Amino acid sequence: MLFSKNLQNFWRQAQRFNSTLVVAEHDNSRLLPITQNALTAAKKIGGDITVLVAGTKCDAVAQAVAKASGVSKVLVAEDAAFNGFLPEALTPLVLASQEKFKFTHILAGASSFGKSLLPRVAAKLDVSPVSDIIDVKDSDTFVRTIYAGNAIMTLKAKDPVKVVTVRGTSFAQDPLDGGSASTEAAPTGSYKAPNTEFVSQELTKSDRPELASAKIVVSGGRGLKSKENFKLMYDLADKMGAAVGASRAAVDAGYCPNDLQVGQTGKIVAPELYVAIGISGAIQHLAGMKDSKTIVSINKDAEAPIFQVSDYGLVEDLFKAVPEMISKIK
Amino acid sequence: MSRVLVGVKRVIDYAVKIRVKSDKTGVVTDGVKHSMNPFDEIAVEEAVRMKEKKLASEVIAVSCGPANAQDVIRTALAMGADRGIHVEMAQNEYEQMQPLHVSKILAKLATDEKADLVIVGKQAIDDDCNQTAQMIAALLEWPQGTFCSKVDVNGKEVSITREIDGGLEQIKLNAPAVLSADLRLNEPRYATLPNIMKAKKKPLKKVAAKDLGVDLTSRIEVLSVEDPPVRQGGSLVENVDELLGKLKEGGYVK
Repeated sequence: MLFSKNLQNFWRQAQRFNSTLVVAEHDNSRLLPITQNALTAAKKIGGDITVLVAGTKCDAVAQAVAKASGVSKVLVAEDAAFNGFLPEALTPLVLASQEKFKFTHILAGASSFGKSLLPRVAAKLDVSPVSDIIDVKDSDTFVRTIYAGNAIMTLKAKDPVKVVTVRGTSFAQDPLDGGSASTEAAPTGSYKAPNTEFVSQELTKSDRPELASAKIVVSGGRGLKSKENFKLMYDLADKMGAAVGASRAAVDAGYCPNDLQVGQTGKIVAPELYVAIGISGAIQHLAGMKDSKTIVSINKDAEAPIFQVSDYGLVEDLFKAVPEMISKIK
Repeated sequence: MSRVLVGVKRVIDYAVKIRVKSDKTGVVTDGVKHSMNPFDEIAVEEAVRMKEKKLASEVIAVSCGPANAQDVIRTALAMGADRGIHVEMAQNEYEQMQPLHVSKILAKLATDEKADLVIVGKQAIDDDCNQTAQMIAALLEWPQGTFCSKVDVNGKEVSITREIDGGLEQIKLNAPAVLSADLRLNEPRYATLPNIMKAKKKPLKKVAAKDLGVDLTSRIEVLSVEDPPVRQGGSLVENVDELLGKLKEGGYVK
């Protein structure tokens, strides 16, 4: 009894010493959902949480994130230098914040934003970053996948500051309610990156749910055979209220844009339902979707490896099965 | 004319189904087919194309590890790199090494060799870290162009298209800079037999990691490496109606 009480006290104290900086990802008008996943991971680490919002326009985002329970402070840095969210400009800001507040953890979502920024920050702090964690065991012990999700590594980070990116699909989204953190200005400085210039962005426009956080994903592969046929995926997705994904083969063949790629080197998704159509199920693709709650696959090759991970498989020509599905779903 | 340094890593071949060691200390690597990390092939290809377009004067391929790291340097030389640098270390040191250490080594070599561009793959398919380019850039205080799908070099100006979550992004960097190659950057060439023979004669310098002044002390302790949970194989359905029935049961469709 006494021992367990001591242990509880110990943990409470240990948590008190933790303080985490979460670098918010946003588009100058809204907070991107992966930050909400990162907040949940930060709470699992325990201790004080500060969120850094940097951009050319931060008000709405800072107000939204200040509502998250457990966030004690929101640091805001509004500066033209952060146009395009360049890591070269953001790194000195994160370092200045770190210098001032001495965080024990610096977190961001493992999106292209987080992956670009946090290793740069870690190198400047001379610490070894931890990428794409799927679980937090305690404040210095994390779980991540290696070898395209075919092995799970549990590691202890020995550096004084833990710089960590968080796999969005492995942590729930913080609801952003119940809190009322204060906002204050982040340390000011000259953050203009002299040798880097943001030019432009072309985002794939779509009314469908965002791939990484959609509840249902309909994904097409090489079996679709052409860009024209790939339209079947959009039609089925629209019927099901789903996002559209793709295998590398479909992207390489030009059937759909790159940012739809699901897999080791594309996006990691874990929707409630993943519908794999004309996808064989290579290791690299499975890495991106095998944590989906239910997997359904349609493939005419009964030997396709995708059937080994599918809850429900249909061996049939997709050009017959998919139009039939589209017509039969109300 | 610029000098390009390319980092290449020897990894278990992408097509191999890996096995976790029974003592949970790592994955089985002995007797398993290894090859150059696929993203590094893309990095080498890009550097060689720059040389072919006379945008680069020399391409230097670097790899860290025990003696077998030379295999991937020879492959890079056969693809068209001019010379190689093998940063030698013992197997146990190599196993404990992290991107932070590799970055320090490559940053030091980039300085020593007066490189104008460093190109590496966006991630190694074994540790899946996706850190090295960003860290080299940080250590050198150079700009970084990560996840490149297009690179245009015009004197000191490097125009880059990057693959980002929602689509593509264009940035401009001033060299010296560090780039990381994404899948779509190019289609790497195969090394032909005559080029493989020629590669054997190209210079390959060996450097001991400790002579570069980089502390290789590991910053993480691997507690365990385990198999992921196995998914229970499901069932096949007969037709679309049965499939839709299952989806209705799950509440996914009406």
